[in-house]
Amino acid sequence: MVTLFVVSIVIFVAVNLLPGDFAEAILGQGATPESVAKIREDLGLDQGMIVRYFQWFGGMVTLDLGTSFAQLNFANSLGGAGTVTVADQIAPRLANTMFLATVTACIAVPLAVTLGILAALYRNTAFDRAANIFTLSSISSPEFFMAYVLILFLAVLNPIFPSLSNIFDGMPFSERLEKSMLPALTLTLVVTAHMMRMTRAAIINLLASPYIEMARLKGLSPMRVIVKHALPNALAPIINVIALNLAYLITGVVVVEVVFVYPGIGQLFVDSVKIRDIPVVQACCLIFAAAYILLNLTADILSILSNPRLRHPK
Amino acid sequence: MSGIMGFAIVLAALLLGAYVFRVAGQAVTKNAPTFRDMGFGVAFGYVLGAAILVWAIWYYFQPKVLETGVPNAGVVFFRWAVQGFIIAAVAAFLFRLLGRHVGTAGTRKLFRSMPLTASFGILVILIYAFVAVFAGAIAPYGQAEILGAANVVAGGDPALGGNPEYPLGTDQIGRDILSRLIFGAQNTVGIAFVTTCLAFFIGGSLGFLAATLQGWLDQLLSRGVDVLMAIPSLIFALLLMTIASVWANKLGIPLTIFMVLIIALIDSTRVYRLARAVGQSIVVMDYIEAAKLRGEGLGYLVFKEILPNAMAPLLAEFGLRFCFVFLMIAALSFLGVGIQPPLADWGTMVRDLAPFINFAAFAPTAAVAPLLAAGAIALLTVGVNFVVDWMLHKTSGLKE
Repeated sequence: MVTLFVVSIVIFVAVNLLPGDFAEAILGQGATPESVAKIREDLGLDQGMIVRYFQWFGGMVTLDLGTSFAQLNFANSLGGAGTVTVADQIAPRLANTMFLATVTACIAVPLAVTLGILAALYRNTAFDRAANIFTLSSISSPEFFMAYVLILFLAVLNPIFPSLSNIFDGMPFSERLEKSMLPALTLTLVVTAHMMRMTRAAIINLLASPYIEMARLKGLSPMRVIVKHALPNALAPIINVIALNLAYLITGVVVVEVVFVYPGIGQLFVDSVKIRDIPVVQACCLIFAAAYILLNLTADILSILSNPRLRHPK
Repeated sequence: MSGIMGFAIVLAALLLGAYVFRVAGQAVTKNAPTFRDMGFGVAFGYVLGAAILVWAIWYYFQPKVLETGVPNAGVVFFRWAVQGFIIAAVAAFLFRLLGRHVGTAGTRKLFRSMPLTASFGILVILIYAFVAVFAGAIAPYGQAEILGAANVVAGGDPALGGNPEYPLGTDQIGRDILSRLIFGAQNTVGIAFVTTCLAFFIGGSLGFLAATLQGWLDQLLSRGVDVLMAIPSLIFALLLMTIASVWANKLGIPLTIFMVLIIALIDSTRVYRLARAVGQSIVVMDYIEAAKLRGEGLGYLVFKEILPNAMAPLLAEFGLRFCFVFLMIAALSFLGVGIQPPLADWGTMVRDLAPFINFAAFAPTAAVAPLLAAGAIALLTVGVNFVVDWMLHKTSGLKE
């Protein structure tokens, strides 16, 4: 929580390093000082930095994320009073991104753990080597390369999934799932590799332990030795790496959402970055950072829970 | 639905095949140990591998053009992939063979124990370095030169919309793609390399300093790094790049310089962590104590005592860090805030050329350009990763 507080300060200070401000940016070159002052007053930009920080942070805690500058400007120019708050803008996007991340996790985690166990079981065979080369390649390729290769094969050459994920509210679940399949598959490819390698390494690390030797001498099958005896002891590092990769999903999502035009928070973030919509950028940044920190925290807690020796300290 | 049914039938056939394979093997070899102790999973693996091999060979020899006259794009891409894979394997093998017979005794020994993937990685890195250094001499046209025809398709076949003067075609405003790919090596790889060096200089020296001096400096730096690391790196980079782009306009400094500084700053936090951890285990050694008693200064301690002993992990980290920096620059360029035109850059090229992919079903060569740019990024990072993987494996002495 302290970290999150400090991170919010960093984000706020960074944003305020901008030369000039939004008022000048929207009015452009021909701005008169009076009009700039008017907009500044409207947006509260004429107050000191520290005051604004506490206003912003106070609002953040009460989930009042402020008003998007761009939307405010847009609403004013239309003469309407209906302004859209940042929270209104972010909430549906965040839900979409969560949906995508959940679909990805549902595919990637079981797949990665199964493949990791298989690679550990058949280590140093052709299967293991092929998996090693394949995962190393997919870890090191940029997300958009994976995305375009998938588009080429699954959308253009064999039209199985749509290449644009234009999902909207009220869409039936199955259609929504189908439309977000390609982005989810891309993210799966990116994160599975890392998780699988760590699962394999964690299990293989344990194979020299005396209790594994014992289990083998008892005559258990190799599969049983690994699943019953090695896996529970390898859980802590595996959980850790899964949480890390889910945290990674949050950043990887930005590029993938842009490729597939998926209406998620990453897309919103990139768009607001381009038009310098400061409240939205700040809020998105803070949400990303919060998710990142929370997932890391969860990983620590889970790895303590999975280890009886840490659960019951002497 | 038929897809799922087909999958189930194929799976059932494979399972049956595996069973038959094992029983037949036991019968033919009169219960030899290989077949007697074979698990069902292993038998299934053999059968699956054989089935994939047979399918691949069958698919490879499918006709390139369907009877309706439409090109069979899947087959074309598959053939390219297979040919590329074979060429890569042969090149790596020849390169390793060359390394085993040419060079000093040390390098020959190194090449003898090298897996094929690592020699492939080294070959790729050498080629990229060569292309990056001599880009101006190799490229047929300038990187920002706008030529006569736009949207020329790759392949150089006039019947398909190509032009032999531009073997890989031209982009949407008529720049030669081959030249831009070659210059992209210079720009993207060069900038990534400079950034990584800078990140190592900042992170490494601060990390060693923190490890040697300890006390409040260590606390201050480490907590600061903790905070910076709590923000996902791509997000933080995007945020800072927005701010930098405004400053760059105002001050008239190229945005690329800001990008190098920002990414170096973000990545130096990761280097700092490693350098500090490695440094901490070194400063407790007796030879550091001896050097301190001799009255050596801080600079001597850091650069002459700690640095040489921390070289192996730092070198492996350098490779990995380079990949991350390279991918981050590519991602930023892809999102439109990285390396700015008119400089040729692979990330920007992918973004600009991406719509061509949609024509792949009609003209496979049209989709080549964006995939080549993205593939160029992927190939280098894969190569570096192969080498780093091998180095780590070698230095850690893992044999399992």
